[in-house]
Amino acid sequence: MTREEVFEKLTEVFRTVFDDEEIEINDETTSADIEDWDSFEHINLIVAVEKAFSIKVPMGKVTTMKNVGEMVDIILGDKNS
Amino acid sequence: MKELEYPFDGEDIIQKKKSFRRELLKQDALIPLRIAVLGGATTNDIIKVLELFLLKEGIRPEFYESEYNRYYEDAMFMNPELEEFSPEIIFICTCNRNIREYPEIDDSPEAVEMKLENEYSRFALMWDRLSSVYGCTIIQNNFEYPYYRLLGNRDASDCRGRVNFINRLNLRFSDYAAQHEKFFIHDINYESASYGLESWSDPFYWHMYKYALSVPAIPYFSFNVSNIIKSIMGRNKKVLMLDMDNTLWGGVIGDDGADNIETGQETPIGQAFSEFQGYVKSLGKMGVILTLNSKNDEKTALQGLLRADSVLSPDDFAAKRINWMPKSENLIDTAAELNLLPESFVFVDDNPAEREIVRQNVPGAAVPDIGNRAEYYINILDRSGFFENTALSKDDIARGEMYKANARRNESLNSFTDYGEYLRSLDMHGEIQSFIPAYMSRIAQLTNKSNQFNLTTRRYTQSEIEALEADNDYITLYGKLSDKFGDNGVVSVVIGHIMENACHIDLWIMSCRVLKRDMEFAMMDSLVEKCRERGIQKIIGYYYPTAKNGMVRDFYGLQGFKKTSSDPDGNTVWEFDVTEEYTAKNNYISVNGG
Repeated sequence: MTREEVFEKLTEVFRTVFDDEEIEINDETTSADIEDWDSFEHINLIVAVEKAFSIKVPMGKVTTMKNVGEMVDIILGDKNS
Repeated sequence: MKELEYPFDGEDIIQKKKSFRRELLKQDALIPLRIAVLGGATTNDIIKVLELFLLKEGIRPEFYESEYNRYYEDAMFMNPELEEFSPEIIFICTCNRNIREYPEIDDSPEAVEMKLENEYSRFALMWDRLSSVYGCTIIQNNFEYPYYRLLGNRDASDCRGRVNFINRLNLRFSDYAAQHEKFFIHDINYESASYGLESWSDPFYWHMYKYALSVPAIPYFSFNVSNIIKSIMGRNKKVLMLDMDNTLWGGVIGDDGADNIETGQETPIGQAFSEFQGYVKSLGKMGVILTLNSKNDEKTALQGLLRADSVLSPDDFAAKRINWMPKSENLIDTAAELNLLPESFVFVDDNPAEREIVRQNVPGAAVPDIGNRAEYYINILDRSGFFENTALSKDDIARGEMYKANARRNESLNSFTDYGEYLRSLDMHGEIQSFIPAYMSRIAQLTNKSNQFNLTTRRYTQSEIEALEADNDYITLYGKLSDKFGDNGVVSVVIGHIMENACHIDLWIMSCRVLKRDMEFAMMDSLVEKCRERGIQKIIGYYYPTAKNGMVRDFYGLQGFKKTSSDPDGNTVWEFDVTEEYTAKNNYISVNGG
């Protein structure tokens, strides 16, 4: 999977979870940029990402990821390992 | 909403819950309900998903949520915020992580016994306090099995094992439930087993977010809580309508003949159909009304139920539509015959095309995707919770009989030319008086599920019903009706509040299964009598139209009230003068032994 493909799919996940068709994401996007992205929604986001990409995010990485770029790194790391 | 029907995709619900909520909030006539969730772990998504399932049932919940793991403090100490919220239901959402003291491997049996007693008492004290302070319904999780077993298999049999401890604690919880009417167990012990304990208790979600169960399992959990709540609110389905060919037996009876359809113990497929028939028969005993809806020649099709090895027989069904009409029309027709709403039906058919016709033409009726494999019919029907029964009253168990008695009444009606003569022949006896403790739960149930014969469509909880009875400013009446074919139980309720010298009718409802039996007149006679005893001069009636209560638009006119006002929405107000001479309107029911 390329980084672009991951972004495309991840955008869909964000739009579904936050119920907002306008959401655009990039490497620098953080929870501060998306209104409803609090710690509870972060859980749902992780569940949705795990389902969409058929991966398991390890415990240590769930809360340490700083932005969407790092989330994509985790997805790619899992997919290509 | 199809996405919320069992079998659903839990992860999908978690992901799309925002848009589902938006969609569900577009419905009108939602019933408000205040629920306090006192949690022993994170409850955020449990509440959000519970809201979806309740909205789907027409209930609009408002929540009080305790702070993380503050269930005990919220329950046991002064709590002005919770008192102000005034919950109608308190849901105590605890898990095995909330057990304070498990047995240790060096404990004596007496020490374990003490720990069990302490743990149980801690909860029982909390329930006692909550019911005395809030007087509302309580729902309590029991405990799921532990994630690991220190003693292996011995964990179940040794009193120091956690499995053993949890089993015994759960039994104590059940005993409490058996002794307290407004207390219900949410059985997560079964749910977690059914879901798979390993996935349910995935410790990732506990360590990461302090969730007592995995997030993808939350919809299954919340769905089951919603089933308890909808049952308490009297919003269960009432009728199971079944296709015959390939639903009750394998094969097409018109082609294969009664001797060649698959049922009974001879083949695996036959056994699966027999097991399903047994499940259906048990539902019938529980008070679910069974009906048939099949494209067949009636005489031929019934041969399938007359086989010696058939579990179900034609007598088990309160109504039959075995013909070549569209199944949606048959359903609507049956609903009219039974005086029930089409949305109280569950339609089961192996043929997806038939399911689709009913789904499209009878909005509100439940049409589960039952599939076409007999061995899984029970699973889908059972897990869907259509008939979840929290009270299992004598009334429920007798209900199937009541509807069969109605079928016999209809037959008897055909032998009379004069309707009055028919009513007289029924030998009807009524019991009409102020609410009494024995019927509080039935009365509350009736206020929540009556839609057609309901003048104001006000809903009441059992606690409210109990409070009204004790309040001298209210007149309450329930009516019970029996006749030579059977006892119909409590079928009508009237609630009025007194202001100055007038009685304002807040609620007047009647079960449609006793329509045209003079019961509404018997209730009026008793109401007038009550008002006279108390020196009341006027009765004021209100009619608020809904999509379903058109049949009582002119009810008060029929009772001799005069219309005093109406507005453009169709709301009307009526007045009845109690001081004028009054002639009893009921001629056929002997009331209170008179």
